[in-house]
Amino acid sequence: MTRDPMTRDRFTEDELQAWVDRHLDATRSAEVEAWLDANPDAAKRWRAYRRDMDVLHGVFDPVLAEPVQDRLNPAAIRARTWRPLAARAAAAVLLVALGAAGGWLARGDGLGRDEAAQTLPKDAVLAHRVFVAEVRHPVEVAADQEVHLVAWLSKRLGRSIKAPHLTGQGFELMGGRLLAAAGGPAAQLMYQNSEGRRLTLYVRGTGGGDTAFRIQRANGVSAFYWIDRGMGYALIGDLERGRLLDAANAVYRELTEYRTP
Amino acid sequence: MSVERDIEALIPSLRRFARALCRDAHLADDLVQDTLERALSRLFLWRRGSNLRAWMFTILRNLFINGRRTRYAPAATLTADQWEVLLVHLPEQPARMEALDLLRALDRLTEDQREVLLLVGLEGLTYDEAARVLDVPAGTVMSRLSRGREALRRLLDRDDPPKLREVTSNDS
Repeated sequence: MTRDPMTRDRFTEDELQAWVDRHLDATRSAEVEAWLDANPDAAKRWRAYRRDMDVLHGVFDPVLAEPVQDRLNPAAIRARTWRPLAARAAAAVLLVALGAAGGWLARGDGLGRDEAAQTLPKDAVLAHRVFVAEVRHPVEVAADQEVHLVAWLSKRLGRSIKAPHLTGQGFELMGGRLLAAAGGPAAQLMYQNSEGRRLTLYVRGTGGGDTAFRIQRANGVSAFYWIDRGMGYALIGDLERGRLLDAANAVYRELTEYRTP
Repeated sequence: MSVERDIEALIPSLRRFARALCRDAHLADDLVQDTLERALSRLFLWRRGSNLRAWMFTILRNLFINGRRTRYAPAATLTADQWEVLLVHLPEQPARMEALDLLRALDRLTEDQREVLLLVGLEGLTYDEAARVLDVPAGTVMSRLSRGREALRRLLDRDDPPKLREVTSNDS
């Protein structure tokens, strides 16, 4: 269809398509219809387009009213795909608990509650600074190999870890790497949001009992850290305190959920 | 988790789209199930605040493209009888014939045109959402839509006296 730019009541092709799809507001739509009423040839064509779509709806809309089978229930799908992981995690946590009681403390590496709680954020922030700035190789294993990443880090740390999802906070997993720390191996998982801001989650086995969330802030980065059942966690990012706390809560929640199948 | 609820709310629409692609209720639900499994296991790839509907349709459409000749392919070519199954809710003969004609015509469009017509015309996606799902510029969506509609209209040829032939292509 050709458009006459001098005539105000003519419409662009795109606008007429939008009329077919009912994307126009009521006023503009009425203008199109008035114009169609005055132009029978154009009306035939454009109204046929709408009619075709109506017939299409007539064929497939009944699907919307059908009962949905259980196999398409998201909660059921999640439960089905997560159970084996959760079961494995439960076993691993038991080992971790035994390990914490029988191994780390008995070995007497001297990291008491306070000491562990102090070295953890320090090491984590250091690792954050080094790798967060890395453009080409921020992670050793990328998130597209998440299963391998988690299995590998779990093996090296000697305990089952997982990569919490921070999608709700707008961060996606980029991947992770293995690091050396005074007490043994540590894992770093890195996340990034759409603005390119990065968060790291630092995880390592540690002595000392459980702690509450603590926060430390230095040189523009905040670290939330806590110890839970022999594992130390620190979440670090250049984020405003409230948002980082949200993310830390999400991490904590997921790790806890994971533990109880 | 609220994203999960948002995904659940999209299921009827995903099922309808899958039904239109597969034409078979069971295969279509397989496709939706695969879509949900993939989405739920990769939620970390979805950015909060970005368009969940476009993301879900993208996953479904890509799965379909990869599996349409294997996993989601009907065991045999659909016969007219099987098509009729889609139309059991249309007992009135004229409506039924019109619907059957439309399905046949839809099958004669190019793949590109058909998927745009289904995404926009049936699922009500915006042109921008359709462009994201298909990973093409918005202008391409518009031209496929426009050609697809015209092709469909001509195939259906309801009451098409020759004088309407003035509306020839501007297929540039």
